[in-house]
Amino acid sequence: MKWLYKRLMQFVITVFVVMTLSFGLVRFMPGGPMDYIRAQALANAGTGTTRTLVLETSREALGFTPDAPLHVQYFNYITDILMGDLGISIANDEPVSAIIAEALPWTLFLMVLSMTIMFVGAIVIGAFMAYRESGRLDTGLTSIFAVLNSTPYYIVALLLLSYMAFELNWFPKRGRVAPFIEPGFTVEFIYSALYHATLPVISIVITGIGGIALQMRGNAIQILGEDYLHVGRLRGIPERRLTYRYVARNAILPMYTQFMIKLGTMFGGAVVLEQIFTYQGIGKYMFEAISMRDYPLMMGCFLVITLAVVTGVFIADMTYGLIDPRISTGGESNESF
Amino acid sequence: MSRSEGSSPFTTVSDVELNDRERIARWLEQSVFAPARVLLSDWRGIVGALIVFAYILAGTVGVWLIPEPVQNQAPREAVWFQSMEYILGADHMGRSLVSLIVHGTPTILKMILAGAVFTTVMATTVGMLSGYKGGRVDTILSTVMDVFITIPGLPLVIVLATMFEPKNVYLIGILVTINTWAGLARSIRSQVLTIRGEYYVEVSRTMGVPIRTILKDDILPNILPYVFINFVLAGRRVIFSSVALYFLGILPRVGSHWGVILNTAYSNGALYTSSLRYWIIVPVATIVVLSYGLFILSQAADRLFNVRLRAKHESTSEETTGMPAD
Repeated sequence: MKWLYKRLMQFVITVFVVMTLSFGLVRFMPGGPMDYIRAQALANAGTGTTRTLVLETSREALGFTPDAPLHVQYFNYITDILMGDLGISIANDEPVSAIIAEALPWTLFLMVLSMTIMFVGAIVIGAFMAYRESGRLDTGLTSIFAVLNSTPYYIVALLLLSYMAFELNWFPKRGRVAPFIEPGFTVEFIYSALYHATLPVISIVITGIGGIALQMRGNAIQILGEDYLHVGRLRGIPERRLTYRYVARNAILPMYTQFMIKLGTMFGGAVVLEQIFTYQGIGKYMFEAISMRDYPLMMGCFLVITLAVVTGVFIADMTYGLIDPRISTGGESNESF
Repeated sequence: MSRSEGSSPFTTVSDVELNDRERIARWLEQSVFAPARVLLSDWRGIVGALIVFAYILAGTVGVWLIPEPVQNQAPREAVWFQSMEYILGADHMGRSLVSLIVHGTPTILKMILAGAVFTTVMATTVGMLSGYKGGRVDTILSTVMDVFITIPGLPLVIVLATMFEPKNVYLIGILVTINTWAGLARSIRSQVLTIRGEYYVEVSRTMGVPIRTILKDDILPNILPYVFINFVLAGRRVIFSSVALYFLGILPRVGSHWGVILNTAYSNGALYTSSLRYWIIVPVATIVVLSYGLFILSQAADRLFNVRLRAKHESTSEETTGMPAD
């Protein structure tokens, strides 16, 4: 129970730190959003009413009025975010939350698909490599993974797009689905979405799978050398049961941390990946917002990407506690020196 | 370290007296030569070190040998392997790609150095303190680490880069690894948690040795190989993120950078013109080879840390760490 409380607190703290950081950046950056909005309002207004216009624009776009006391500004900003109001996008003249609500599912779709394939694949491959340690398969895969692992995902994305889409015309060059397809649970729509997601997913999976597989391999090899496995064998526990219940489970558990860290890297990577594939997800919107200095949209995307990751990590953390009871009972000594 | 058996450890004087020169020689042997021998006993260590050395050479000596990239030093968009003068081809302004790559190397190396030093120093300090001190200090530092771990790095870096527009190379190196230290600090912390229970640490503690000294002399030597591995890996992170940001055109340009070459190639349509593909492949290969070199170097360094693997290298291993042998 104490553990649950601790996790929950940490979740809340992280969310607040991120929101505060975002507020600080928006509010205090010289040449940042405030100056920009002021300039915009000046350009739009004639004379005289500039001041009210500035206040109005910033209230609408950023969620606080710059002439209110700081703590009031902060309070307004936070409550607006908590109520789902992320301001108005300057470039699109639309509520940021509406833009994000439309784009986020696509990014989630890409990420969930990639993560699933990557981790399931890595665990299976890693386990295989461990059982055939130093065999031909093992050494071969290790060197292939070393090269793939050294290639950033966006570079694989560029190469795939260049060869598979432009040169060979096997895959679509841009977009989330083919044009003129009604969204819905139709075979056509799902097929088209998967078809468009293939290259992005491949670029994430093949650059990420190696590191995880090698970690799984290491974990499994270590467990294969444990005494309790020998004891289990002597007691006549069937090899199948040993493989699944003893080796697999214990080797997969430490991967959870890896999973949580990967979650952040991948969601962050969406900014680059979606730009390359012209995939209109939240990352692409964030990039567009940056190039157009659309601060409300930029900060909105930043907040939502971060919140998505924080929530993902929180969920992973909770389920980790369910799978591995040692975590929630807090085994490690925390005596103060 | 040998201690005479039998009598009380407090009354025993070391049977070997060392003068300064011997002490330096021993230090060199323990912390430079022995680890280097383990590193280079493996093909990965040799290849990795050679690759890294080659890039350092290109970034220092190469800059003197290869002419600076200037416009029209080669025909515009000259394809690679056509002439010895611009062997890797040229960009849309007739700048030789070899010149662009070589003169972009110092920038990258400085960024790697800044980012990797920042990450490892930060992570080691916070991780050791948190793991050793325990109690409230640990609770606070752990929360800070967890917050930093969960905030996705790239969007944060992008937001900071657009707002601050850093112009200093070292600052950019630090910026792109702004939250990498947290993950490393976490794993250092959990290692220190096991080390702090060791008897020799307990002895230092009971003797009233100040925390600084305990951390420096008793704890740090144990995690140093691990820190080294992650120094190298942090360097990789710097390459990946800085190239991505320059490719997207988010960071303000300071000198030439491999990511800038990618960016110009991309915006000049090298992606869908097969005759221009060399323009993408050259910077890509440059990035991948260095990153590969750093990766296999870190793998070779794993032996310094991983006791199970090190068991195969008995001859040098006894000298490399301060771990007491049973």
